[in-house]
Formats: sequence, C-alpha cells, structure tokens
Amino acid sequence: MEGAELAGKILSTWLTLVLGFILLPSVFGVSLGISEIYMKILVKTLEWATIRIEKGAPKEATLKNSASVGIIQRDESPMEKGLSGLRGRDFELSDVFYFSKKGLEAIVEDEVTQRFSSEELVSWNLLTRTNVNFHYISLRLTMVWVLGVIVRYCVLLPLRVTLAFIGISLLVIGTTLVGQLPDSSLKNWLSELVHLTCCRICVRALSGTIHYHNKQYRPQKGGICVANHTSPIDVLILTTDGCYAMVGQVHGGLMGIIQRAMVKACPHVWFERSEMKDRHLVTKRLKEHIADKKKLPILIFPEGTCINNTSVMMFKKGSFEIGGTIHPVAIKYNPQFGDAFWNSSKYNMVSYLLRMMTSWAIVCDVWYMPPMTREEGEDAVQFANRVKSAIAIQGGLTELPWDGGLKRAKVKDTFKEEQQKNYSKMIVGNGSLN
Amino acid sequence: MGSRSSHAAVIPDVDSIRRETGFSQASLVRLHHRFRALDRNKKGYLSRMDLQQIGALAVNPLGDRIIESFFPNGSQQVDFPGFVRVLAHFRPVEDEDTDQDPKKPEPLNSRRNKLHYAFQLYDLDRDGKISRHEMLQVLRLMVGVQVTEEQLENIADRTVQEADEDGDGAVSFLEFAKSLEKMDVEQKMSIRILK
Repeated sequence: MEGAELAGKILSTWLTLVLGFILLPSVFGVSLGISEIYMKILVKTLEWATIRIEKGAPKEATLKNSASVGIIQRDESPMEKGLSGLRGRDFELSDVFYFSKKGLEAIVEDEVTQRFSSEELVSWNLLTRTNVNFHYISLRLTMVWVLGVIVRYCVLLPLRVTLAFIGISLLVIGTTLVGQLPDSSLKNWLSELVHLTCCRICVRALSGTIHYHNKQYRPQKGGICVANHTSPIDVLILTTDGCYAMVGQVHGGLMGIIQRAMVKACPHVWFERSEMKDRHLVTKRLKEHIADKKKLPILIFPEGTCINNTSVMMFKKGSFEIGGTIHPVAIKYNPQFGDAFWNSSKYNMVSYLLRMMTSWAIVCDVWYMPPMTREEGEDAVQFANRVKSAIAIQGGLTELPWDGGLKRAKVKDTFKEEQQKNYSKMIVGNGSLN
Repeated sequence: MGSRSSHAAVIPDVDSIRRETGFSQASLVRLHHRFRALDRNKKGYLSRMDLQQIGALAVNPLGDRIIESFFPNGSQQVDFPGFVRVLAHFRPVEDEDTDQDPKKPEPLNSRRNKLHYAFQLYDLDRDGKISRHEMLQVLRLMVGVQVTEEQLENIADRTVQEADEDGDGAVSFLEFAKSLEKMDVEQKMSIRILK
C-alpha cells in the first residue's frame, strides 16, 4: 500500500508542477523563460562538444562538404550547343554521345535523390542518430553523451509524452464542448482560444522554439496560406501563431477523432478519400470557403510531400488555381537541435514522433511574407513558380523544378517528351532532309 | 545521403577495381557512396528499377538504353564493380594512359572503348552490327512521337548508307569507328570527377 501511496503522491506533485509551469502559461500565451534557459545550456554544451571534436579529429582531406558541392564537372550548355550544330542540321551517329554523357552524369549525381534523406550536419550534436562520421574522441565527450541520453530519455521524454497527451485530450474535449455552442462571435473566440492553447501545449511537448518574423504579414481571413513542407509538425508550428482552416483527407483512428472534433468548433475542410480524386469538387469547395470572408485562411502545402528542408520542390498548381490572395510562409528548421524531417518511407508516424520527442529541441524560423496574387497573363504554373522562388529565397533554401512525388512514383513522360521535341526540331526542323 | 563512412577499406576488392578501371581511390570512394545511395533497399546491388528512379535519367530519351548497358548478358543485377566498369568508359583520358604497356589490356576509357560503348547503345541485339531496323528503333527512342515514320526511315537509310562500306546493309563496329574518326570522342564522352 505504501508503494502505491508514494507513487500517487509523486504523480500528483508531478502533475501540479506541469500544470503550474507549463499549462497555465500556455493558456495566456505567456512564457516563463524555462525553455530559454534550457536552450542556453544546450547551446553552450553543443559548442563545447564541437570544440572537443575538432581538437580530436584527424586532419584528413575532407569529404565532409560533399553533400553541398557537386562531384562532377558539369557542362550546363543547352542541347543545341552540346550537339554542336546549328538548328536544322541532320542526324549524326555521334548524337548519341551527348545523351549518353548526360545520362551517365545523372547516374553519378542527381539533385533529387539527396533531398529525400536527412540533411547531414557539419558537427555532431550529441545524438546517436546523427553520428555518421564521428568516432570516439575522448572519455569526457562520451560521458556528456551518456548524460545527454539519460536526460533525453528519462527526463524529457516522459514530460513530453505527458504534455502531448494532455494537449491532444484538451483539444478533443475542448473543441467538442465549443462545438455545442450556437454560432456566434463568442464561439469563434472560444474555439480560437482552445486551438491556440492546445497547440502551445503540443509545441512545448516537443520543446519547440519558434521565431516568427514579419508578423505584420500574418495570413488574413479569406486568404490561402502556402508553405514549404518538411514534416507534419509544420502544421503545429503555424497554428501556434494563428488559426487556420486545414485541408486534407479524413483519416481513421486517432487522427480521425481529432479531425472530427476540430471541425465542430471551426470549419475546416476535410475530404473523403473518394472526393480527393475529383479535382473540380475540391476546387469548388475551397473557392466557397475563401469566398466567405469570415472564415479562417486555408493552409495548404503545395509540394504535396515532405522534403528534407534543404530545398523547395515543385509546387503543384492546384492550389494556385483557386484564386484569392496567397500568403506565402517560409519555414526553416535548425538541424543542430533535432532533425524534423519525416522520411515516411523510413519511419512511420509513431516512431517519427518518438524521435522528435527524444531530440534536444525543435528550433525553427517562420517568415511571413507579403501577400501575392496572380497577375494578368500569368497562368497557374508560372504563379506557382513565382511563389516558390519567393519562399526559397526567404528561407535560404535551394529551388528545384522537380516534383516531390518522384520519391514514390516515376517521373512523368511529359518531361521526356520535351527533350524529344527539342531534339526532333534539330534534326528535322526546317525540313532539311533529303 | 545515408552514412558517410565510405572509406576505401569498406569497398571490397578495391585494388583490383582500381587497376581495371583506372579510377583514383578518392573517386572510387565517391562512387561507392553514390552506389549505396542509389541502392535504396540496401540490397548490395542495383536493379533496373533503382536506376529508373533517377529523374534526370528517366527523362533522357536514351535513358532505357543507358540503363540496359549496365546489365550485359541478360543479368538483372549490377554490383559495384559492374557499376564502376560502365562508368569507367567515361573517365577522361589522361597522359599516363597513353603510353601503356602493350601486354596490358586496353584501358576502359580508351577511344576505342568509348566508341564501343556508343556502338552498343545502337546495337540492340548485340550481334556486332547495327542494322537499319535497329537504327530506326533507336532513332524512335530519341524523337518520340515528334517525327513521322517516313521521315525517320529516310534518316535511317541515309545514315546506314553513309557509314556502310562493305554494302551489307548494316554498320559494323569498324565502319562505325571509321565514320567517326574525325570526332573528338575523348572530349565528348568524358565526365570529370572533381577531387
């Protein structure tokens, strides 16, 4: 009996502490500065660790920067120059040289494959998962690492799991309760309060430190917010600073429960799996949503899949055909404290969340950008590219024209047709055949 | 890109590969790194599908022919030595290669071997000759649906006639090499790996 009583006492003290230091301030959007102190200690420790590693590492010729620098000398001249001819010249047996060279170059190095694995760090951040090139350096470093493991798994993890649990339950209960009220401004205010509180709790569950820049450009009602996609946590990060209407498929299980609860309090746009295939239906519903100026801005991730936060891939034009004002947002994570990228082919959702909760912290920057609208004579694809460039420049990411869907599917034949067209024009072109 | 610990010690038979292909140690390490990045399921070899996943290769009109060149003799898998053997054809020609001991086999990146690689891309059935029919098929790959059958046949006929010397209606490797004797093959079929 004594054991149970003791356990009960510990649990209740624990919960009171959590309540006092974390939950209540979340409601009011106030920070007690505990996370700031934690981050300062963390930064100091990592700096110390980096110095130790640099002292200990042998001075070998580095392959370390190979991830960012190309490994082959590229000749980016267009097809015409590469085939060394003027337009309209005839086919030569040697034309095959150009294509085979380009093909072999792609085999040795291509810009897409590397974007679907986690970014590599220049120095170790005391997490085993990022320890790919660092060998045993010193006893002290190993001790610090062991201490780090203990802190992360025994102290931080239970705390974070508790918070996550509380956060999600509050969300479900809160939105269901608010959903009972009749439509009124009180309901909207309450639903915002519930959303924001629960999001703040969940962010603390990940030890997230988020810096928002240019808050004056925060997305307004009746607009569409687009952002680059790195992980499901992106949603959490954005909703902590404002309420959005989300768009997506209805899932089963826990996600489904959360979705159904949320839609009671404020109008999100959830689609059934079958409806997602009908693009006109999707566009129609979204148009209706933004036409109503009282509704919250829609949040969309036009890449369609998670990329590893070093680059921005093709924005699918669907979101840009709806019309309305686009509010671009750039999200950049700091990989030093924890890798936020969700490699869905490697980890499922649960192991991903576990990895998140056992990292040091999630640190990221969010830049709001001035709104953009489609200009005269610009089609959806060009508009999408314009927005993509703006986001890439702001976030310091590289821009790639490739479709994120390449992760799973093969590339569309239309791209190959373009190359074939270019080549045909050269050898047939002005009809200079005999 | 997965684990960076591709030191030379990890590559099996690195010395014999180096002798055969002429790649430097550093280049082999980089290529091994790349091989492992392409080998998504960590099988230890590459299949056709692994290569087809490369976007820039899939849009190349000759992408399929290039992928085929990695799987000679009907095999379905290519291991690291086989992978590097093909890439060795594109190694730039350096001065040290030109005064070779005549007893040693010709280096993979010699002019003749580079030409042979290009010849193979045309020679679909690997019989040592490019027939008019094979020429048509490869041309069709390069132009897709943009050119009519008639125009393509004209091009194929003209090309075979120009190169064919012994009048057998097909282009043998010697005839192929002769028709390209003025071409700077070494420069056009070279990929320089930066250190």
